[in-house]
Amino acid sequence: MGIAYKFGDDINTDYIISSSRKRDTIDPQKLARFLMQDIRPGFGLQAKKGDFLVAGRNFGCGSAMEIAPLVVMAAGIRAVIAKSYARSFYRNAINLGFPVLEADTDPIDEGDLLEVDHSGLIHDITKEKRIHTRPFPPLIKEILDAGGIIPYFERKYPMPYI
Amino acid sequence: MGKTIAEKILGQHAGRDVKAGDFVLAKVDVLMGNDGSLPLVFEASKKMMSFGVRSPKSTFMVLDHYCPSPSKEVSRLHEEIRDFARRYDCLLYDCGEGICHRLLPENGHVLPGMLVVGADSHTVTYGGLNLFATGVGSTDLAVAMNWGVLWFRVPETILLKIDGGLPKGLCAKDVALFLIGSIGASGANSRVIEFRGKAIDEMNMEGRLTLCNMMVEMGAKAAIMPFDEITDHWLNMIEIDRAFQPVEPDDDADYEREIEYEISEMEPQIAIPHKVDNVQPISSAAGIPIDMAFLGTCTNGGFEDLKIAARILKGRNAHPRVRFIVSPASRRVIKEALADGSYQTLIESGAVINPPGCGPCVGAHGGIPTDHTSVISTANRNFLGRMGNHKASIYLSSPATLAASVLRGEITDPREFLQ
Repeated sequence: MGIAYKFGDDINTDYIISSSRKRDTIDPQKLARFLMQDIRPGFGLQAKKGDFLVAGRNFGCGSAMEIAPLVVMAAGIRAVIAKSYARSFYRNAINLGFPVLEADTDPIDEGDLLEVDHSGLIHDITKEKRIHTRPFPPLIKEILDAGGIIPYFERKYPMPYI
Repeated sequence: MGKTIAEKILGQHAGRDVKAGDFVLAKVDVLMGNDGSLPLVFEASKKMMSFGVRSPKSTFMVLDHYCPSPSKEVSRLHEEIRDFARRYDCLLYDCGEGICHRLLPENGHVLPGMLVVGADSHTVTYGGLNLFATGVGSTDLAVAMNWGVLWFRVPETILLKIDGGLPKGLCAKDVALFLIGSIGASGANSRVIEFRGKAIDEMNMEGRLTLCNMMVEMGAKAAIMPFDEITDHWLNMIEIDRAFQPVEPDDDADYEREIEYEISEMEPQIAIPHKVDNVQPISSAAGIPIDMAFLGTCTNGGFEDLKIAARILKGRNAHPRVRFIVSPASRRVIKEALADGSYQTLIESGAVINPPGCGPCVGAHGGIPTDHTSVISTANRNFLGRMGNHKASIYLSSPATLAASVLRGEITDPREFLQ
């Protein structure tokens, strides 16, 4: 169970973690306190382990830099729930074994208590409402279940691929 | 149903017939990482039971984001990249050589028909050379280095027909901004863009690279230009060391959408803060005062870009309020601009010229904007804070519009200077 923090459409990777911050360190744990700093100062320290980042359309647009999902994960976010994702953020998150759920996020308000069950169903405890998420395609589900692309490849292609 | 260019290239690299929507494991021809992404590639490689680089001669490492190093921490990361390149025998382009998205085409490393992945979103630039190039994350790049393959969802393709001649004073960048404004920041998410039309037939290779570069700003996975005499001529001008196979779509290729644009009456375009798809014709932005101008980046740091800016600036001085910064995209660009005099013109007009690289585009160094100021830039992103100061506003334009605006100290239609 965690708190929903709500963001709008087109949240880009520079908002998730500013490119200029990466000059000083690329350690996600150290960068986590700067999560969303330009658009919501203090959010990186406010979010607690198990909380949810809820957004609108095209979450994670902009750069393909993997530091964006890594910083979201390092901040303790349990899952991102958005109406849709930009492809590189989505792909990077899946590769890291991090759940990026697609759902209609309009019914969820800032501060709602959420829980996501094993089937991917979102329970909005505050509103006593259940919200369906879009099922993952089979390959993506397999990668997530394996814990990310590296364990997936190591299991599937134990010798370097010929 | 016939096949799109993307379906053909991914099919050839997966070793089977594929169509949009299929998930495939495909062999990657060229891999690229830069100092923004490689440190995390090394982290990802440490998570593997065994790691090696399968095709070191096709694996390129470029130091371009933070060059020359602005801090001890970056210097340490650069040294790690140099060590890694030596250990695995990969080709390294060190600080000052230029931006990865210009260096690989210039040096003949990316060729028609290839499947290229780069750990940087603007890898789509290479599609100007009739190939499939896409940006991936660091873990993806580490997997591709070790296994030589990656997973892909075969994307749907949007066909953009750009008809009409490019009006005088306009650049490929104006077309790119216009398309992004029209299609939207997520309008081509995960799709491939194929280009066609008279304006494309007449566009030189630098313009094609610029146009492909910007397509990621509407979410495109790749952007692919046709192969024609311009591609062939361009490839004949550089050194290449392997054969290539141009790819064209089938006549009955299955496109998700086909959109036609007629651009002969188009005005220069400007992206207004703080979204790349917030695009206006110059007539509605002209007169906005600017304090800083940045000419460069993987989008518009090429020789043609410096040349058109120099043509407008020649014999004139930058407005006294404007801090004018130029970052050429590569060492070759500097040599070409020196040879034709554009470089000298830029200096005489008041430009501060950075070494080749990404420069202030990502806000790391080389010209951070002041609080409450406006910047005109030829870069590809105007997000809040992008250039290292979230109290500054960034307007995106073509190099011609930038040069005219440098002279007036306000956003200015370049056609006034190109009569």
